[in-house]
Amino acid sequence: MTRSNAYIGSPLDRIEDLRLLAGAGTFVGDLKPDNLLYAVILRSPISHGRIRKIGTAAARSLQGVAAVITAAEIGEVPIIPVRQHGKPEGEPYRQPVIAGEKVRYVGEPVAVVIASEQCIAEDAAELIELEIDELPAVATHEIAARDQTLLFENTVTNLATTFYARMGDADMAFATAEYKRKEKFSVHRHTASPMETRGLLAEWNPELQRMVVSGATKVPFFNRNVVAEMLRLQPSQVDLIEVDVGGGFGARGEFYPEDFLIPFAARYVGGNVRWVEDRREHLMAMNHAREMYADLEIACRKDGTLVGVRGRIDIDLGAYVRTNGFTTPRNVVQFVSGPYLIPNIAIDAFSYLTSKTPTGTYRGPGRYEASFFCERLLDMAANDLGIDPAEFRLKNLIPEDQLPRPLATMAGLDRTWQTELDNGAYGVVMERCLKEFGWEEKKKLQGQLIDGRYHGIAVGNFVEGGAGGRFENARMTIEKGGTVTVAVGSTALGQGLQTILSQIAADALSMPIERIRLLHGSTTLVTQGFGSFHSRSTVMGGSAILLAAEALVALLRDKGASHFGCEPDQVSVSDGYVYYGTKSMEFSAFAGSEVERQFENRKLTYSYGSHTAHVAVDPGTGHVELLDYMTVDDVGRIINPATLHGQILGAIVQGLGSTFLEHLQYDENGQLLTGSLADYLLPTATDFPNIRGISLGLRPCPNNPLGAKGAGEGGLIAVGGVIGNAIAAALRSMSVEPRDLPLSPPQIWRLIQQAKASNHNPKMNEQS
Amino acid sequence: MKFPPLRYLTPQSLDEAIALLEQHGADAKLLSGGQSLMPMLAFRLASCSILIDLKFVPGLDRITVTDRGVELGSRVRWRDIEHDVRLPTVQPLLSMAVKHIAHYAIRNRGTVGGSLAHGDPASELPALAVACGATIAIAGPNGRRSLPAEEFFLFPLITALEPNEVIVSLHFPPWPKARSFGFQEFSRRRGDFAMAGAIVFFDQDKDQNICSPHIGAFGIADTPLRLGEAEKFLLGNRAGSRIFEEAAAHGVRNVDVRADIHADSDYRRALLATLVNRALVEAAQRTSP
Repeated sequence: MTRSNAYIGSPLDRIEDLRLLAGAGTFVGDLKPDNLLYAVILRSPISHGRIRKIGTAAARSLQGVAAVITAAEIGEVPIIPVRQHGKPEGEPYRQPVIAGEKVRYVGEPVAVVIASEQCIAEDAAELIELEIDELPAVATHEIAARDQTLLFENTVTNLATTFYARMGDADMAFATAEYKRKEKFSVHRHTASPMETRGLLAEWNPELQRMVVSGATKVPFFNRNVVAEMLRLQPSQVDLIEVDVGGGFGARGEFYPEDFLIPFAARYVGGNVRWVEDRREHLMAMNHAREMYADLEIACRKDGTLVGVRGRIDIDLGAYVRTNGFTTPRNVVQFVSGPYLIPNIAIDAFSYLTSKTPTGTYRGPGRYEASFFCERLLDMAANDLGIDPAEFRLKNLIPEDQLPRPLATMAGLDRTWQTELDNGAYGVVMERCLKEFGWEEKKKLQGQLIDGRYHGIAVGNFVEGGAGGRFENARMTIEKGGTVTVAVGSTALGQGLQTILSQIAADALSMPIERIRLLHGSTTLVTQGFGSFHSRSTVMGGSAILLAAEALVALLRDKGASHFGCEPDQVSVSDGYVYYGTKSMEFSAFAGSEVERQFENRKLTYSYGSHTAHVAVDPGTGHVELLDYMTVDDVGRIINPATLHGQILGAIVQGLGSTFLEHLQYDENGQLLTGSLADYLLPTATDFPNIRGISLGLRPCPNNPLGAKGAGEGGLIAVGGVIGNAIAAALRSMSVEPRDLPLSPPQIWRLIQQAKASNHNPKMNEQS
Repeated sequence: MKFPPLRYLTPQSLDEAIALLEQHGADAKLLSGGQSLMPMLAFRLASCSILIDLKFVPGLDRITVTDRGVELGSRVRWRDIEHDVRLPTVQPLLSMAVKHIAHYAIRNRGTVGGSLAHGDPASELPALAVACGATIAIAGPNGRRSLPAEEFFLFPLITALEPNEVIVSLHFPPWPKARSFGFQEFSRRRGDFAMAGAIVFFDQDKDQNICSPHIGAFGIADTPLRLGEAEKFLLGNRAGSRIFEEAAAHGVRNVDVRADIHADSDYRRALLATLVNRALVEAAQRTSP
């Protein structure tokens, strides 16, 4: 091909795939340097207690054990900082990298064993005598709110922080509203489960006093600076290296205790230490997510026009405020209104510490929860008012001419906490989704009992925030052979980053993609970088690449002009050549030319779209079969339709797992009951075969030169609400209203039994 | 997670396997497929210092069909049962049940003897053995014995097998023509442990009345069960939706239903009634040739 400027928008095969499919991928577990030692972490088996003794003598004396590290060996125990959305009142609740005096959740690190073999380290961990004086567990947010047992005795409360989302005058709106309905909802604790668990290899070179840590994923630059400071090293002495990663979903790659403990252990033993998390550890140690309880009220006019929403949301934060502790609580109150025009909002959020695994962001943080609350309320209101749920939504979507539009104000907080929806044709996309789904046709099945199963359909809408994290860097270098190396600070988590950013770079330089070499993620590549989160890498990394390409072309024009003896604007650059009239020079003549540029952005992107679902509910077992799931979304500008489609479908399946299957369960003592994938149920290939998605590039984003919007999370956000509504619609004849996730078979069955009992005896129908 | 280093022994005969068991006592465990044992060792829920693999013991991997019934050697894998073209006619429930056992990869390795010895109350084969009145042939230092499946399963993961004994085979009684049968299992995902399962079969006399009804249940109590009350209800009655519903409802009434994090006992009991009823309806429509 001679002109190479049509990569953007084409469904290129993933550049990553050949290598990965051929088994040539390198994950942390594949890294085996010489003299490798293995780390195993002893974790608290107790939810809340005071450590009386950690006896390590027997473990240390086991053949093959190199070291046992506890808080005593570390000395002054570092505290993990907050990366984003921190608040002063949250500071006392941050997590120490190891428990020295108190444990506050099952799974909290207490000791690290370093040994010559993994199994020896595990044997030794079993020999450690850990004595803990148990304190009362704080296993629920209700217990936490009583403040009878404080998780942190140096504070006065378990309430870590509050948020207040405000718009218009909710009190006035509710005082005069023609229709109101108040409901309680909950979303259960569950979390991201990347196919590959976390892992780190730390290599300490005592001669050079240098630390290299492999296994960086989400935010390598931030984490590098944190670990350097904790180890009292200069950032230049520490490098974080990104190897292949089997998924992140917002949870992997934040700074966890292990991100200090493993490098510390490497320096402590003066060598190479590797830790690979097993699934049982993963389920108790990686950020949990989502556990929230909402008490919300909706108000509309009789014609279905929304006038307000108010209420409170209680959040179970877990034992510590981790690196992104308040992002999710902020999001949930900010996004209850979603893409709907709700002029009056007053929602308060209360974030409580409990003696369970700390929580953090997970794909669609706060937005999945908010969408469930909002969409359930909308269907209940539509049903009460006798309005078709699709019509009800079309009536209330924010019209295009009212965008951009700010979301509810986060009261008392500066502008970094505020946001506004950018642009979009919300109604157009929703109508397209209804058409693709066959809404009018399927409506006939609503509530019908066919072959022993009740059928129901539902529709919902979402907005998805993207492009967070203020900047991203890209560096372009012309190599000896005339290829261009592009280095970015964005990280690859399995999302096809290499392919997408190569497409953008190839188009920006008008050269064949085969001659672009994309490097990403490691702190060795660019001077600064942010990483991959908040559906940002395509937008931020891609925009940085555009700026770098522009600068590189300008540089080559200058160099070409001085070579050819002409003006820079007489020089053109494409296909790996620098042209002046009929003369040309290959890029290789300019080897060594290099530029680095930074893209800075404070405005978020908001892709949006609609979800529709058709379910059949078996009242005998409570099983819900998903007969059809259709989404249509608008992502501004599509870079690669194939990887985008994968993002959407993958996110939907993850959302279906969240809604039907995945549940981190605790008992009243704060013991985690779901310690393996036999009990923590992930969706598998056979569970949800009927999923469809169409992505549009309808309204390019005005806030970045690419016109692209983050698109990794929307497939997940609306699933809970849409499925809840489809089940409610199916079981309308019995007035079943799912209010609590997950919608497991026993839960559906119980709702049906309760509805039967209260329909039989209407006086008992007080609860709703 | 990694289990500690252990010795791996491969006896070449049944006698040698028994002798090794005698010699090593509680330090040793038999390996026959390892689809439950190996994860338990890795999770350190079970431990041993010696694994005795039955893979090389000859003669344990045969499926024998005679007029005395079906005999499954203890090393017969689920995949062998799925592939056997005789079984759908001579023991059709076995062919139906095996499709519900775990996943493809596990069915390639998991074995009849391994499943019986593991004694998981949610497993299909132990339940089928109990429902069908199968017998288990066992070899030990003092020779052979055989035990009705109903007496073999004592508690969850605990069986009547002595530490020095090896399961040799499982014997199903003959399957008459024109027998009606049904199999229903419910799990959260395909291949998961059953939340409940029902196995039914019955014959009908010349007046179309039900005789010799068998109703088995699994995933519901400490061991696989037969629902005697439901069987009594059906005996001598004509097949029909009303009698099936009543039999199912009565059959589950006095079962000691276990609860776990996936389902409480109310749901499990109701689920079992649903499945028994559905299996009976299925049976009324499905009769072996």
